[in-house]
Amino acid sequence: MSKDKKTVTTVNPRTASRRKFMKGLAGTAIGATLAGKAMASANSKKSGFLTIHSLEEYLQKNYREMTKEEKAQVLARMEKEYSERYGKDVKVKDTEPIDGVKFTYALDLNRCIGCRRCVYACVDENNQSRENPQVHYIKVLQFENGTMDFEESNRYYDPEMVPEEGKYYMPVQCQHCEKAPCVKACPIKATWTEDDGIVVVDYNWCIGCRYCMAACPYEGRSFNWGDPHLPAEEMNPNTHYLGNRPRMRGVVEKCTFCIQRSREGRYPACVEVCPVGARKFGDMNDPTSEVRYIFEHKRVFRIKEDLLTEPKFFYFFG
Amino acid sequence: MANFMEFFVGTVKLVFVGSKRYYAWMAFLILLAAIGLTAWTQQLSDGLIVTGMRDPVSWGIYIGNFTFLVGVAAAAVLLVIPAYIYKWGPIKEIVLLGELLAVSAICMCLMFVTFDLGHPERFWHLVPGLGIFNFPVSMLSWDVVVLNMYLALNLCVPVYILWKAYHNEHPNYKILWPFIIFSVPAAVSIHTVTAFLYSAFPARAFWNASILAPRFIASAFCSGPSFIIIAFQIIRSTTKIKIKDEAIFKLGEIIAYAMGINLFLLISEVFKEYYSHTVHLAPMEYLFQGLHGHDGLVPLIWTAIALNVTAFIIMIVPKLRKNFKFLNLACVMMFIGVWIEKGPGLIIPGFTPTPLGEVWEYAPTTAEVLISMGIWAIGLIIFTLLLKVAIPIETGEFRKPGLEKK
Repeated sequence: MSKDKKTVTTVNPRTASRRKFMKGLAGTAIGATLAGKAMASANSKKSGFLTIHSLEEYLQKNYREMTKEEKAQVLARMEKEYSERYGKDVKVKDTEPIDGVKFTYALDLNRCIGCRRCVYACVDENNQSRENPQVHYIKVLQFENGTMDFEESNRYYDPEMVPEEGKYYMPVQCQHCEKAPCVKACPIKATWTEDDGIVVVDYNWCIGCRYCMAACPYEGRSFNWGDPHLPAEEMNPNTHYLGNRPRMRGVVEKCTFCIQRSREGRYPACVEVCPVGARKFGDMNDPTSEVRYIFEHKRVFRIKEDLLTEPKFFYFFG
Repeated sequence: MANFMEFFVGTVKLVFVGSKRYYAWMAFLILLAAIGLTAWTQQLSDGLIVTGMRDPVSWGIYIGNFTFLVGVAAAAVLLVIPAYIYKWGPIKEIVLLGELLAVSAICMCLMFVTFDLGHPERFWHLVPGLGIFNFPVSMLSWDVVVLNMYLALNLCVPVYILWKAYHNEHPNYKILWPFIIFSVPAAVSIHTVTAFLYSAFPARAFWNASILAPRFIASAFCSGPSFIIIAFQIIRSTTKIKIKDEAIFKLGEIIAYAMGINLFLLISEVFKEYYSHTVHLAPMEYLFQGLHGHDGLVPLIWTAIALNVTAFIIMIVPKLRKNFKFLNLACVMMFIGVWIEKGPGLIIPGFTPTPLGEVWEYAPTTAEVLISMGIWAIGLIIFTLLLKVAIPIETGEFRKPGLEKK
């Protein structure tokens, strides 16, 4: 087995390194990149035998069982810890679901050009581990025209230019199933569906058994096999407890429709970055929302619909 | 209390005093366990990144070994049914040994799942009352319940019988009976629930088969007794306990039928998938033929099939089965064959290809292999020590001072 294979999850190592190269160009000043690297290495030091820092953290209750006061204490502790670790003012929110909102996603397969900007915008927004292993919530599958057989798809396409002639692209992420198999699987209720339909994980409650990953038909979940590598200068300080706050190794994480944004009326990062407007997001319960319009006027479908997990993620041809 | 101290001192003496072969065996196991635990410290400090598992194949040989050993543990029931319920003589005195094997196997199971966790230190999240237990929704929570129940049951029954024997008393069967009867469905339940754990989710077509639970039970009836047959021969040659050939051959016969059923169920599965030829065939193709140039499991699974079929032929022919050379050969073959089938042969194709069609090949790392070997060694240490105390009580050599048999 080659060494590369172990450093990669669902990401092609070539794409990963190319992205770094592009980043370097964007940053222009080589000095800045070097400084960044130094910080990154200081930051990604191993956490050692325990990822916990206090007894308080160890005995922390499941998020859903905490009182308001307990939540406030936990959030304050985390803000302090993260701020120290990343050298910036980190905010950890616990914004609650907005009453009556049911978040839904729609993706226009006619528009998607397979540029993977959503993949990397997601990584930047959600503080995923940047390397060893790289964690991606979105996988963009490339299909030959005329087939939708997943086994024939290619997620490691790497041409000079996208889109390629005769091919189409299907980005897949957590489908936020209404009847989520992962939620059923979890032996300790460390993952659940919030009232606004977002499937979340309490990273401090997860024991890392990975049964949810076995149960998920969409590869919507990732595991932190080692200590996540999140360079301080790339760390997004606007975080949510159930969303993009920094994770520790040994826990499962996933797309949360950018809970830290969506609950404040903003679009998820993937929607915002999409250069062709293929990604639509909104409240299905709102009759005037774009997703509702799509649902009512377009021919929509859900992948693996036969499993009856009722995803809140629709695909359509606009 | 004084009584218990006496017993404790007696067991310590038994455990530390033995033949040269005993010391060599224990030293060997302790060495393996030490190597395994050293490798585990590396996993504890770096995380599961030291294993070969990654997102596409998120369970590996830890869970494979776990599944196999649940089967070995369940096989203790095989001894319980004829021994207690049908009062079939030759097996009765050795049923205890089977139950102690079940205890050791469950200990190994619990170690394998614990070592597979990303956060073993958070185990209290699972403890009812302290944490949150997603029972009865999560099949994993069922598994936690039945495994612990089975462990407790298989500890209580032998400990009670041995404690009584230590005092030269007969056990009170009025108390014992309900436990013995209950241990039969309990043994079936641990393996059924473990099978349901896999067959529960349509995301993994390879596991999502109703045939999985019966196949698990059938193959458990091969692997567990195979181990017991060999262990019994070692025990009777090294201790004073008497185990009749008749009992061993009876086990061989049961294994033969079980393997027959196991092979039949395998054929049923292979036929259904290959003939209907749907997308569900892919994992089986990966296992038996290789998929898109990835064929890591192919030599393994064909080895397993060859071993199982050969062992089946030996076991089904009474003349061969009653020849210890053939019998032992068949037992070793079957043990390895079933381990491949239910370990890597079950877990890895469940993940390959992934639900979105990626074929990523898993192979365990050195650390993972050493840790697994270490857990096996600890399990065998537990089994050896349990036997070291239980056998002298059974034979009457170890008694409360003053009650010794001549």
